[in-house]
Amino acid sequence: MANFLTDYLIPFAWILGGIILTVACLMGGMAYLTLFERKVLAKIQLRIGPNIVGPFGLLQPIADGLKLLTKETIIPSGANRAVFILAPMMTFILALTAWAVIPFNQYMVLANINVGVLFLFAISSLGVYGIIMAGWASNSKYAFLGSLRAAAQMVSYEVSMGLVLVTVLLCAGSLNLSQIVLAQSHGWFGVSWLPGWYVLPLAPMAVVFFVSGLAETNRSPFDLVEGESELVGGYFVEYSSMTFALFYLGEYMNMILVSAMTSILFLGGWLPPLNIEILNSPYLGPIWFVLKTIFVLFCFIWVRGSFPRFRYDQLMRLGWKIFLPLSLGYLLLVAFVLVYMGWLPKVA
Amino acid sequence: MAFIDRGARSFLLWELLSGMALSFSYMFKKPVTVNYPYEKGPLSPRFRGEHALRRYANGEERCIACKLCEAVCPALAITIEAEPRDDGSRRTTRYDIDMTKCIYCGLCQEACPVDAIVEGPNFEFATETREELFYNKEKLLSNGDRWEYEIAQNLLADAPYR
Repeated sequence: MANFLTDYLIPFAWILGGIILTVACLMGGMAYLTLFERKVLAKIQLRIGPNIVGPFGLLQPIADGLKLLTKETIIPSGANRAVFILAPMMTFILALTAWAVIPFNQYMVLANINVGVLFLFAISSLGVYGIIMAGWASNSKYAFLGSLRAAAQMVSYEVSMGLVLVTVLLCAGSLNLSQIVLAQSHGWFGVSWLPGWYVLPLAPMAVVFFVSGLAETNRSPFDLVEGESELVGGYFVEYSSMTFALFYLGEYMNMILVSAMTSILFLGGWLPPLNIEILNSPYLGPIWFVLKTIFVLFCFIWVRGSFPRFRYDQLMRLGWKIFLPLSLGYLLLVAFVLVYMGWLPKVA
Repeated sequence: MAFIDRGARSFLLWELLSGMALSFSYMFKKPVTVNYPYEKGPLSPRFRGEHALRRYANGEERCIACKLCEAVCPALAITIEAEPRDDGSRRTTRYDIDMTKCIYCGLCQEACPVDAIVEGPNFEFATETREELFYNKEKLLSNGDRWEYEIAQNLLADAPYR
């Protein structure tokens, strides 16, 4: 019996605690990301932003959440009820699931699996289903057109995103996210304290990944999925109350996820900005990671505050005619350099 | 050369990055927001807001029931009924303005020979019901009492230009 306790129960409790902690932190982060976005956009547009609810508007996310909770959930009469309800749940759950493989430092990762990158990619591809289901189940032409746009857009940008990932994998020699971060831990030119992050050698790929991430999460300037002026609210136009909130939160969760992926793949995850002993403590790891993620999130919002929306054909042209050849070419270049210089990582 | 220039610009994201630098620089500028219920913007002395019926300093109402305002009102928002008062002077018995019809053109205060009906500086008179916007003589006179100082100051400031 003691064996059962030590072998199953304690690890189970440990993992459960980790999951609850991660989800709680994510929910809080997500709620405050909405406030952060509104504040940053307001600053860019010479406004103040929310400042009434609580000091500096800090309680605004709570007020928003309460408002959405107390509203009525409307299910359109023509809608497919089961799928209509299932779609937002699916979007939200998938957005949360992906966090299982994200390493916060060398030891803090819920599932340290060897195919972490593939897992992330699979989960983010599944996200399309929630959108398609929502668009189809709503039985509304606006929602349907919005979901078709979203699906086409996400599938298109996944291609170049995948090629970028392959480039990173070539350099790191592993599909394990922790290994990818560790591969960035040695510096440049023999100087050990320089950050060996992939953003420097793979700068074009990092940009392609970031822009594809914008398109993948349907963020501005690629937010024509929910282009207010022509499609009302996009695929979730028929949703209200908590079902809407789940879509909304799922969108922000995906944003955080793509930012976390960017910081792991290109900004060295939990590694400190200068590889010296004091900054390298495992306790500081999550802090560096969160700071990098917040920086990428800021870039998301910054881009939203700067650029107008793409036209749909421009979006497709960028994805297929520019990003695909660019990432493919850079992949070949990296592979060539790695082989020619004998820098291929040793696979254990 | 132009081709190389254009190509380099688009591949180095020059236009995009300079645009982002501009929007970043705006983050450090002072917000232009007027924090409305707590701060308010300046109003012209000619501002045409909520109507008021004024009185003379001795408390006698100015309106002499000439009905010029009723006649000039393009929205037909003003209704006046009048008869001689006990002391023989001509006064209104009814002076109604339907604020839901009024277009705030200011013709009534232009028409008034005794500066009785004026549009004051108040613009925060939203109500919860439609009926509350059907102003009668009592309401208009009380507006006049409430805003007399501001209205008088505004008329004084605008007088040189009339």
